[in-house]
Amino acid sequence: MNDALVLLDEVHFAYPPNRRVLAGCSLRLARSDRIGLIGSNGSGKTTLLKSIVGLVRPTAGRVEVFGRPRMHERDFQEVRGRVGLLFQDSDDQLFCPTVAEDVAFGPLNLGQTREEAAGIVAQTLQSLGLKGYEDRITYQLSGGEKRLVALAAVLAMQPEVLLLDEPTSGLDDDATERVVNVLAGLPQAMLIVSHDRSLLQRTAANCLRLSAGRLQQI
Amino acid sequence: MATAPQQPPWLGLPPLAVRVAWMDTLDPRGRMAAAVLVSAALAAANQLLTLVIALLTAAAAVRLARMGLRTAFRRLIPVNLFGLVLLLVLPLSTAPAPWFSVGRVGYSREGLLLALVIAVKANAIVLWIMALLGSLDTVRLGHALQHLGVPGKLAHLLLFTIRYLDVLHGEYLRLRAAMKLRGFRPGVNAHTYRTYGYLVGMLLVRSADRSERIVAAMKCRGFRGRFHVFHRFAFAPRDVWFAAGIFLILVSLELLEYS
Repeated sequence: MNDALVLLDEVHFAYPPNRRVLAGCSLRLARSDRIGLIGSNGSGKTTLLKSIVGLVRPTAGRVEVFGRPRMHERDFQEVRGRVGLLFQDSDDQLFCPTVAEDVAFGPLNLGQTREEAAGIVAQTLQSLGLKGYEDRITYQLSGGEKRLVALAAVLAMQPEVLLLDEPTSGLDDDATERVVNVLAGLPQAMLIVSHDRSLLQRTAANCLRLSAGRLQQI
Repeated sequence: MATAPQQPPWLGLPPLAVRVAWMDTLDPRGRMAAAVLVSAALAAANQLLTLVIALLTAAAAVRLARMGLRTAFRRLIPVNLFGLVLLLVLPLSTAPAPWFSVGRVGYSREGLLLALVIAVKANAIVLWIMALLGSLDTVRLGHALQHLGVPGKLAHLLLFTIRYLDVLHGEYLRLRAAMKLRGFRPGVNAHTYRTYGYLVGMLLVRSADRSERIVAAMKCRGFRGRFHVFHRFAFAPRDVWFAAGIFLILVSLELLEYS
Protein backbone atom coordinates (compact mmCIF):
# COMPACT_ATOMS: atom_id res chain seq x y z
CA MET A 1 0.00 0.00 0.00
CA ASN A 2 1.24 3.40 -0.87
CA ASP A 3 -1.17 6.17 0.01
CA ALA A 4 1.53 8.40 1.45
CA LEU A 5 1.55 11.90 -0.01
CA VAL A 6 5.02 12.57 1.33
CA LEU A 7 7.53 9.93 2.25
CA LEU A 8 11.01 10.67 3.53
CA ASP A 9 13.23 7.65 3.91
CA GLU A 10 16.48 7.97 5.85
CA VAL A 11 17.20 11.42 4.50
CA HIS A 12 20.58 12.97 5.21
CA PHE A 13 21.56 16.53 4.62
CA ALA A 14 24.45 18.77 5.60
CA TYR A 15 25.09 22.43 4.84
CA PRO A 16 28.59 23.06 3.55
CA PRO A 17 31.26 22.85 4.84
CA ASN A 18 29.92 20.21 7.20
CA ARG A 19 27.04 21.23 9.40
CA ARG A 20 24.83 18.16 9.54
CA VAL A 21 21.17 18.90 10.06
CA LEU A 22 19.36 15.80 8.85
CA ALA A 23 20.84 12.42 9.67
CA GLY A 24 18.54 9.58 8.79
CA CYS A 25 15.27 11.42 8.96
CA SER A 26 12.14 9.43 8.06
CA LEU A 27 8.62 10.74 7.78
CA ARG A 28 5.30 9.66 6.33
CA LEU A 29 2.46 12.06 5.64
CA ALA A 30 -0.78 10.52 4.40
CA ARG A 31 -3.97 12.18 3.16
CA SER A 32 -5.69 14.21 5.89
CA ASP A 33 -2.73 13.75 8.25
CA ARG A 34 -1.83 16.76 10.37
CA ILE A 35 1.60 16.45 11.84
CA GLY A 36 3.23 18.97 14.15
CA LEU A 37 6.97 19.31 14.03
CA ILE A 38 8.92 20.68 16.97
CA GLY A 39 12.59 20.96 17.74
CA SER A 40 15.11 23.45 18.99
CA ASN A 41 16.35 26.37 16.90
CA GLY A 42 18.64 25.28 14.13
CA SER A 43 17.62 21.65 14.43
CA GLY A 44 16.71 21.48 10.74
CA LYS A 45 12.93 21.84 10.72
CA THR A 46 12.95 24.36 7.89
CA THR A 47 15.49 22.27 5.99
CA LEU A 48 13.18 19.28 6.32
CA LEU A 49 10.33 21.23 4.71
CA LYS A 50 12.63 22.50 1.98
CA SER A 51 13.77 18.99 1.15
CA ILE A 52 10.16 18.02 0.38
CA VAL A 53 9.82 20.70 -2.31
CA GLY A 54 13.36 20.30 -3.59
CA LEU A 55 14.84 23.58 -2.38
CA VAL A 56 17.57 21.47 -0.80
CA ARG A 57 18.61 18.04 -2.11
CA PRO A 58 19.43 15.31 0.36
CA THR A 59 22.97 13.94 0.28
CA ALA A 60 21.57 10.49 0.96
CA GLY A 61 18.15 8.92 1.39
CA ARG A 62 14.95 9.01 -0.63
CA VAL A 63 12.26 11.66 -1.11
CA GLU A 64 8.95 10.42 -2.45
CA VAL A 65 6.07 12.79 -3.11
CA PHE A 66 2.70 11.71 -4.49
CA GLY A 67 3.97 8.15 -4.78
CA ARG A 68 6.95 8.91 -6.99
CA PRO A 69 10.61 9.31 -6.14
CA ARG A 70 11.78 12.89 -6.63
CA MET A 71 15.37 13.62 -7.43
CA HIS A 72 15.81 16.28 -10.08
CA GLU A 73 14.63 19.87 -10.51
CA ARG A 74 12.06 18.74 -13.04
CA ASP A 75 10.54 16.20 -10.62
CA PHE A 76 10.15 18.96 -8.06
CA GLN A 77 8.57 21.45 -10.44
CA GLU A 78 5.50 19.25 -10.52
CA VAL A 79 5.64 18.81 -6.75
CA ARG A 80 5.71 22.56 -6.13
CA GLY A 81 2.42 23.02 -7.94
CA ARG A 82 0.74 20.58 -5.56
CA VAL A 83 2.55 21.21 -2.28
CA GLY A 84 2.24 24.66 -0.73
CA LEU A 85 5.04 25.95 1.47
CA LEU A 86 4.34 28.90 3.76
CA PHE A 87 7.56 30.70 4.60
CA GLN A 88 8.51 31.89 8.04
CA ASP A 89 9.00 35.48 6.91
CA SER A 90 6.07 36.67 4.83
CA ASP A 91 8.18 39.44 3.34
CA ASP A 92 10.11 36.76 1.50
CA GLN A 93 6.94 35.41 0.02
CA LEU A 94 5.06 38.55 -0.92
CA PHE A 95 7.18 40.16 -3.57
CA CYS A 96 4.57 41.65 -5.88
CA PRO A 97 3.52 45.24 -5.27
CA THR A 98 -0.18 44.49 -4.83
CA VAL A 99 -2.05 41.73 -3.02
CA ALA A 100 -4.02 40.63 -6.09
CA GLU A 101 -0.89 40.22 -8.16
CA ASP A 102 0.85 38.26 -5.48
CA VAL A 103 -2.03 35.86 -5.05
CA ALA A 104 -2.33 35.51 -8.83
CA PHE A 105 1.37 34.78 -9.27
CA GLY A 106 1.10 31.06 -8.54
CA PRO A 107 -2.01 30.35 -10.65
CA LEU A 108 -0.53 32.27 -13.61
CA ASN A 109 2.66 30.24 -13.34
CA LEU A 110 0.57 27.09 -13.39
CA GLY A 111 -0.75 28.16 -16.76
CA GLN A 112 -4.14 29.61 -15.90
CA THR A 113 -5.54 32.51 -17.86
CA ARG A 114 -5.83 35.96 -16.33
CA GLU A 115 -9.61 35.57 -16.00
CA GLU A 116 -9.29 32.24 -14.19
CA ALA A 117 -6.58 33.68 -11.96
CA ALA A 118 -8.75 36.70 -11.14
CA GLY A 119 -11.55 34.33 -10.13
CA ILE A 120 -9.22 32.34 -7.88
CA VAL A 121 -7.85 35.53 -6.33
CA ALA A 122 -11.34 36.77 -5.45
CA GLN A 123 -12.42 33.41 -4.11
CA THR A 124 -9.28 32.79 -2.04
CA LEU A 125 -9.27 36.25 -0.50
CA GLN A 126 -12.95 35.90 0.31
CA SER A 127 -12.44 32.56 2.04
CA LEU A 128 -9.73 34.01 4.27
CA GLY A 129 -11.75 37.10 5.14
CA LEU A 130 -9.51 39.33 3.05
CA LYS A 131 -12.13 40.64 0.68
CA GLY A 132 -11.31 44.14 -0.51
CA TYR A 133 -7.56 43.69 -0.07
CA GLU A 134 -6.95 43.20 -3.81
CA ASP A 135 -5.35 46.57 -4.48
CA ARG A 136 -3.59 46.98 -1.15
CA ILE A 137 0.16 47.43 -1.39
CA THR A 138 1.86 44.41 0.15
CA TYR A 139 4.56 46.28 2.04
CA GLN A 140 1.99 48.40 3.80
CA LEU A 141 0.13 45.47 5.36
CA SER A 142 0.48 44.64 9.05
CA GLY A 143 2.34 41.50 10.10
CA GLY A 144 -0.87 39.53 10.58
CA GLU A 145 -2.30 40.67 7.26
CA LYS A 146 0.94 39.77 5.51
CA ARG A 147 0.82 36.25 6.92
CA LEU A 148 -2.78 35.77 5.82
CA VAL A 149 -2.07 37.13 2.34
CA ALA A 150 0.96 34.84 2.07
CA LEU A 151 -1.30 31.95 3.05
CA ALA A 152 -3.82 33.07 0.43
CA ALA A 153 -1.00 33.10 -2.14
CA VAL A 154 -0.16 29.52 -1.23
CA LEU A 155 -3.77 28.35 -1.16
CA ALA A 156 -4.48 29.95 -4.54
CA MET A 157 -2.44 27.17 -6.11
CA GLN A 158 -4.94 24.72 -4.63
CA PRO A 159 -2.28 22.50 -3.07
CA GLU A 160 -2.98 19.01 -1.75
CA VAL A 161 -0.36 19.31 0.98
CA LEU A 162 0.53 22.32 3.13
CA LEU A 163 3.93 22.78 4.70
CA LEU A 164 3.77 25.56 7.26
CA ASP A 165 6.93 27.05 8.69
CA GLU A 166 6.03 28.72 11.99
CA PRO A 167 2.74 30.10 10.71
CA THR A 168 2.10 32.18 13.83
CA SER A 169 5.57 33.37 14.81
CA GLY A 170 5.75 37.08 15.39
CA LEU A 171 1.99 37.58 15.37
CA ASP A 172 -0.08 39.11 18.16
CA ASP A 173 -2.92 37.20 19.85
CA ASP A 174 -5.65 38.39 17.48
CA ALA A 175 -3.66 37.64 14.36
CA THR A 176 -2.59 34.26 15.77
CA GLU A 177 -6.21 33.43 16.51
CA ARG A 178 -7.21 34.32 12.96
CA VAL A 179 -4.45 32.24 11.39
CA VAL A 180 -5.17 29.26 13.67
CA ASN A 181 -8.88 29.40 12.85
CA VAL A 182 -8.14 29.46 9.15
CA LEU A 183 -5.68 26.57 9.40
CA ALA A 184 -8.04 24.46 11.51
CA GLY A 185 -10.70 24.83 8.83
CA LEU A 186 -8.58 23.74 5.87
CA PRO A 187 -8.95 20.26 4.40
CA GLN A 188 -5.35 19.67 3.28
CA ALA A 189 -2.79 17.35 4.82
CA MET A 190 -0.39 19.49 6.82
CA LEU A 191 3.06 19.50 8.25
CA ILE A 192 3.30 22.32 10.79
CA VAL A 193 6.56 23.56 12.21
CA SER A 194 5.99 25.58 15.35
CA HIS A 195 7.13 26.38 18.84
CA ASP A 196 3.57 27.25 19.79
CA ARG A 197 2.12 24.30 21.73
CA SER A 198 -1.44 25.62 21.72
CA LEU A 199 -1.34 26.04 17.95
CA LEU A 200 -0.17 22.46 17.54
CA GLN A 201 -2.79 21.20 19.98
CA ARG A 202 -5.52 22.81 17.95
CA THR A 203 -4.28 21.97 14.47
CA ALA A 204 -2.10 18.87 14.62
CA ALA A 205 -3.24 15.36 15.49
CA ASN A 206 0.21 14.19 16.50
CA CYS A 207 3.62 15.70 17.00
CA LEU A 208 7.14 14.72 16.13
CA ARG A 209 10.35 16.09 17.54
CA LEU A 210 13.37 16.68 15.38
CA SER A 211 16.60 16.28 17.29
CA ALA A 212 20.07 15.23 16.24
CA GLY A 213 18.80 15.02 12.68
CA ARG A 214 16.16 12.38 13.37
CA LEU A 215 12.43 12.43 14.03
CA GLN A 216 10.93 10.92 17.17
CA GLN A 217 7.32 10.43 18.15
CA ILE A 218 6.31 12.29 21.29
CA MET B 1 -10.62 48.57 2.60
CA ALA B 2 -8.86 49.86 -0.48
CA THR B 3 -7.02 53.04 0.36
CA ALA B 4 -5.20 55.45 -1.88
CA PRO B 5 -1.66 54.22 -2.39
CA GLN B 6 0.66 56.00 -0.03
CA GLN B 7 4.39 56.01 -0.17
CA PRO B 8 6.58 56.00 2.86
CA PRO B 9 8.22 59.43 3.20
CA TRP B 10 11.72 58.15 2.51
CA LEU B 11 10.68 56.87 -0.90
CA GLY B 12 11.50 60.33 -2.13
CA LEU B 13 8.80 62.31 -3.78
CA PRO B 14 5.29 62.01 -2.44
CA PRO B 15 2.61 61.98 -5.14
CA LEU B 16 2.28 65.59 -6.20
CA ALA B 17 -1.45 65.74 -6.75
CA VAL B 18 -3.66 65.01 -3.80
CA ARG B 19 -7.19 65.08 -5.19
CA VAL B 20 -8.11 62.85 -8.08
CA ALA B 21 -7.33 64.90 -11.13
CA TRP B 22 -8.50 64.48 -14.70
CA MET B 23 -4.96 63.42 -15.52
CA ASP B 24 -5.24 60.53 -13.06
CA THR B 25 -8.23 59.06 -14.80
CA LEU B 26 -6.12 58.54 -17.92
CA ASP B 27 -4.30 55.42 -18.98
CA PRO B 28 -0.73 55.60 -17.59
CA ARG B 29 0.64 54.17 -20.83
CA GLY B 30 -0.73 57.10 -22.81
CA ARG B 31 0.68 59.56 -20.32
CA MET B 32 4.07 57.95 -20.50
CA ALA B 33 4.12 57.88 -24.28
CA ALA B 34 3.04 61.54 -24.31
CA ALA B 35 5.85 62.44 -21.92
CA VAL B 36 8.43 60.78 -24.17
CA LEU B 37 7.10 62.42 -27.36
CA VAL B 38 6.75 65.90 -25.88
CA SER B 39 10.21 65.85 -24.30
CA ALA B 40 11.76 64.61 -27.54
CA ALA B 41 10.02 67.34 -29.56
CA LEU B 42 11.04 70.06 -27.12
CA ALA B 43 14.60 68.82 -26.87
CA ALA B 44 14.90 69.25 -30.63
CA ALA B 45 13.24 72.68 -30.74
CA ASN B 46 15.39 75.82 -30.83
CA GLN B 47 13.03 78.72 -31.49
CA LEU B 48 12.47 80.82 -28.42
CA LEU B 49 8.83 81.47 -29.37
CA THR B 50 8.08 77.72 -29.68
CA LEU B 51 9.65 77.07 -26.33
CA VAL B 52 7.86 79.89 -24.55
CA ILE B 53 4.53 78.63 -25.87
CA ALA B 54 5.49 75.10 -24.80
CA LEU B 55 6.21 76.48 -21.35
CA LEU B 56 2.78 78.10 -21.18
CA THR B 57 0.98 74.94 -22.31
CA ALA B 58 3.02 73.02 -19.73
CA ALA B 59 1.73 75.35 -17.02
CA ALA B 60 -1.81 74.66 -18.25
CA ALA B 61 -1.15 70.92 -18.17
CA VAL B 62 0.12 71.23 -14.61
CA ARG B 63 -3.21 72.82 -13.73
CA LEU B 64 -5.03 69.91 -15.38
CA ALA B 65 -3.05 67.52 -13.18
CA ARG B 66 -4.35 69.56 -10.23
CA MET B 67 -0.88 70.14 -9.01
CA GLY B 68 -0.30 73.47 -7.29
CA LEU B 69 1.74 75.84 -9.47
CA ARG B 70 3.65 76.83 -6.37
CA THR B 71 4.71 73.20 -5.72
CA ALA B 72 5.64 72.87 -9.35
CA PHE B 73 7.79 76.00 -9.24
CA ARG B 74 9.51 74.80 -6.10
CA ARG B 75 10.50 71.67 -7.92
CA LEU B 76 11.87 73.75 -10.76
CA ILE B 77 14.41 75.50 -8.54
CA PRO B 78 17.27 73.03 -9.14
CA VAL B 79 16.68 73.25 -12.90
CA ASN B 80 16.85 77.03 -12.78
CA LEU B 81 19.97 77.11 -10.64
CA PHE B 82 21.62 75.23 -13.45
CA GLY B 83 20.08 77.70 -15.94
CA LEU B 84 21.51 80.58 -13.94
CA VAL B 85 25.01 79.15 -14.16
CA LEU B 86 24.58 78.85 -17.92
CA LEU B 87 23.29 82.40 -18.14
CA LEU B 88 26.44 83.64 -16.38
CA VAL B 89 28.93 81.52 -18.23
CA LEU B 90 27.63 80.84 -21.72
CA PRO B 91 27.70 84.45 -23.03
CA LEU B 92 31.43 84.51 -22.29
CA SER B 93 32.25 81.66 -24.58
CA THR B 94 30.24 82.36 -27.74
CA ALA B 95 30.49 84.89 -30.59
CA PRO B 96 33.46 87.22 -30.85
CA ALA B 97 31.66 90.55 -30.65
CA PRO B 98 30.48 91.45 -27.15
CA TRP B 99 27.03 92.99 -26.75
CA PHE B 100 27.91 94.73 -23.51
CA SER B 101 30.74 94.33 -21.08
CA VAL B 102 31.20 94.36 -17.36
CA GLY B 103 34.71 95.57 -16.74
CA ARG B 104 36.94 93.53 -19.02
CA VAL B 105 34.39 90.72 -19.38
CA GLY B 106 32.37 90.90 -22.59
CA TYR B 107 28.91 89.41 -22.83
CA SER B 108 27.64 88.33 -26.25
CA ARG B 109 24.04 88.65 -27.32
CA GLU B 110 24.02 85.22 -28.99
CA GLY B 111 25.33 83.55 -25.87
CA LEU B 112 22.68 85.19 -23.74
CA LEU B 113 19.98 84.08 -26.14
CA LEU B 114 21.34 80.54 -26.17
CA ALA B 115 21.34 80.37 -22.38
CA LEU B 116 17.77 81.67 -22.36
CA VAL B 117 16.68 79.06 -24.91
CA ILE B 118 18.25 76.29 -22.84
CA ALA B 119 16.68 77.55 -19.62
CA VAL B 120 13.19 77.84 -21.11
CA LYS B 121 13.56 74.46 -22.81
CA ALA B 122 14.60 72.74 -19.58
CA ASN B 123 11.74 74.31 -17.65
CA ALA B 124 9.18 73.40 -20.28
CA ILE B 125 10.32 69.78 -20.45
CA VAL B 126 10.45 69.30 -16.70
CA LEU B 127 7.04 70.95 -16.24
CA TRP B 128 5.49 68.76 -18.93
CA ILE B 129 6.92 65.61 -17.35
CA MET B 130 5.71 66.74 -13.94
CA ALA B 131 2.21 67.30 -15.29
CA LEU B 132 2.11 63.97 -17.14
CA LEU B 133 3.89 61.67 -14.70
CA GLY B 134 4.10 63.58 -11.41
CA SER B 135 0.98 62.05 -9.90
CA LEU B 136 1.72 58.52 -11.08
CA ASP B 137 2.64 56.25 -8.19
CA THR B 138 5.59 53.98 -8.66
CA VAL B 139 3.55 50.81 -8.91
CA ARG B 140 1.48 52.07 -11.82
CA LEU B 141 4.62 53.45 -13.38
CA GLY B 142 6.24 50.01 -13.29
CA HIS B 143 3.22 48.31 -14.78
CA ALA B 144 2.88 50.90 -17.50
CA LEU B 145 6.56 50.46 -18.40
CA GLN B 146 6.02 46.74 -18.72
CA HIS B 147 2.98 47.18 -20.93
CA LEU B 148 4.84 49.62 -23.14
CA GLY B 149 7.34 46.90 -23.97
CA VAL B 150 10.19 47.99 -21.73
CA PRO B 151 12.25 44.82 -21.14
CA GLY B 152 10.68 42.76 -18.35
CA LYS B 153 13.95 42.65 -16.45
CA LEU B 154 14.11 46.42 -16.17
CA ALA B 155 10.47 46.81 -15.20
CA HIS B 156 10.81 44.12 -12.57
CA LEU B 157 14.01 45.58 -11.26
CA LEU B 158 12.00 48.73 -10.59
CA LEU B 159 9.08 46.87 -9.02
CA PHE B 160 11.29 44.67 -6.84
CA THR B 161 13.21 47.73 -5.72
CA ILE B 162 10.00 49.42 -4.64
CA ARG B 163 8.84 46.29 -2.88
CA TYR B 164 12.00 45.64 -0.89
CA LEU B 165 13.21 49.18 -0.26
CA ASP B 166 10.91 49.28 2.74
CA VAL B 167 12.10 45.94 4.08
CA LEU B 168 15.76 46.90 3.69
CA HIS B 169 15.11 50.30 5.17
CA GLY B 170 13.51 48.59 8.17
CA GLU B 171 16.57 46.38 8.51
CA TYR B 172 18.83 49.42 8.28
CA LEU B 173 16.85 51.23 10.97
CA ARG B 174 16.98 48.21 13.29
CA LEU B 175 20.74 47.93 12.88
CA ARG B 176 21.17 51.67 13.43
CA ALA B 177 18.99 51.51 16.55
CA ALA B 178 21.01 48.56 17.87
CA MET B 179 24.20 50.55 17.32
CA LYS B 180 22.81 53.59 19.12
CA LEU B 181 21.58 51.51 22.03
CA ARG B 182 25.09 50.34 22.62
CA GLY B 183 26.36 53.86 22.75
CA PHE B 184 27.62 54.39 19.22
CA ARG B 185 28.20 58.04 18.33
CA PRO B 186 29.52 58.78 14.86
CA GLY B 187 32.67 60.85 14.75
CA VAL B 188 35.58 61.43 12.42
CA ASN B 189 37.64 58.39 13.32
CA ALA B 190 38.55 54.91 12.21
CA HIS B 191 36.08 53.33 14.59
CA THR B 192 33.18 55.18 12.93
CA TYR B 193 34.27 54.25 9.41
CA ARG B 194 34.75 50.64 10.37
CA THR B 195 31.35 50.53 12.05
CA TYR B 196 29.63 52.03 9.01
CA GLY B 197 31.50 49.50 6.91
CA TYR B 198 30.06 46.70 9.03
CA LEU B 199 26.61 48.24 8.77
CA VAL B 200 26.70 48.40 4.97
CA GLY B 201 28.33 44.99 4.73
CA MET B 202 25.69 43.47 6.98
CA LEU B 203 22.92 45.03 4.89
CA LEU B 204 24.45 43.61 1.71
CA VAL B 205 24.80 40.14 3.19
CA ARG B 206 21.27 40.20 4.51
CA SER B 207 19.89 41.42 1.19
CA ALA B 208 21.70 38.65 -0.64
CA ASP B 209 20.27 36.11 1.79
CA ARG B 210 16.83 37.56 1.43
CA SER B 211 17.02 37.51 -2.35
CA GLU B 212 17.77 33.80 -2.17
CA ARG B 213 14.79 33.19 0.07
CA ILE B 214 12.61 35.18 -2.32
CA VAL B 215 13.73 33.13 -5.29
CA ALA B 216 13.01 29.98 -3.27
CA ALA B 217 9.53 31.27 -2.46
CA MET B 218 8.94 32.10 -6.11
CA LYS B 219 10.06 28.66 -7.20
CA CYS B 220 7.68 27.14 -4.69
CA ARG B 221 4.88 28.89 -6.46
CA GLY B 222 5.80 27.55 -9.83
CA PHE B 223 8.10 30.29 -11.09
CA ARG B 224 10.19 29.14 -14.04
CA GLY B 225 11.78 32.35 -15.17
CA ARG B 226 8.80 34.03 -16.80
CA PHE B 227 6.68 36.76 -15.37
CA HIS B 228 3.01 36.93 -16.19
CA VAL B 229 1.36 40.30 -16.07
CA PHE B 230 -1.83 40.33 -14.06
CA HIS B 231 -2.95 43.92 -14.42
CA ARG B 232 -4.23 45.27 -17.65
CA PHE B 233 -4.97 48.88 -18.43
CA ALA B 234 -7.98 49.90 -20.45
CA PHE B 235 -7.84 52.55 -23.14
CA ALA B 236 -11.00 54.63 -22.66
CA PRO B 237 -12.54 57.31 -24.92
CA ARG B 238 -11.02 60.05 -22.77
CA ASP B 239 -7.61 58.61 -23.55
CA VAL B 240 -8.33 59.13 -27.25
CA TRP B 241 -9.17 62.77 -26.52
CA PHE B 242 -5.99 63.06 -24.53
CA ALA B 243 -3.93 61.55 -27.34
CA ALA B 244 -5.60 63.88 -29.85
CA GLY B 245 -4.83 66.88 -27.64
CA ILE B 246 -1.18 65.92 -27.27
CA PHE B 247 -0.97 65.34 -31.03
CA LEU B 248 -2.44 68.79 -31.69
CA ILE B 249 0.02 70.43 -29.32
CA LEU B 250 2.93 68.57 -30.91
CA VAL B 251 1.88 69.56 -34.43
CA SER B 252 1.40 73.21 -33.47
CA LEU B 253 4.79 73.31 -31.78
CA GLU B 254 6.46 71.81 -34.83
CA LEU B 255 4.68 74.27 -37.15
CA LEU B 256 5.84 77.17 -34.99
CA GLU B 257 9.34 75.77 -34.93
CA TYR B 258 9.72 75.38 -38.68
CA SER B 259 7.58 78.19 -40.13
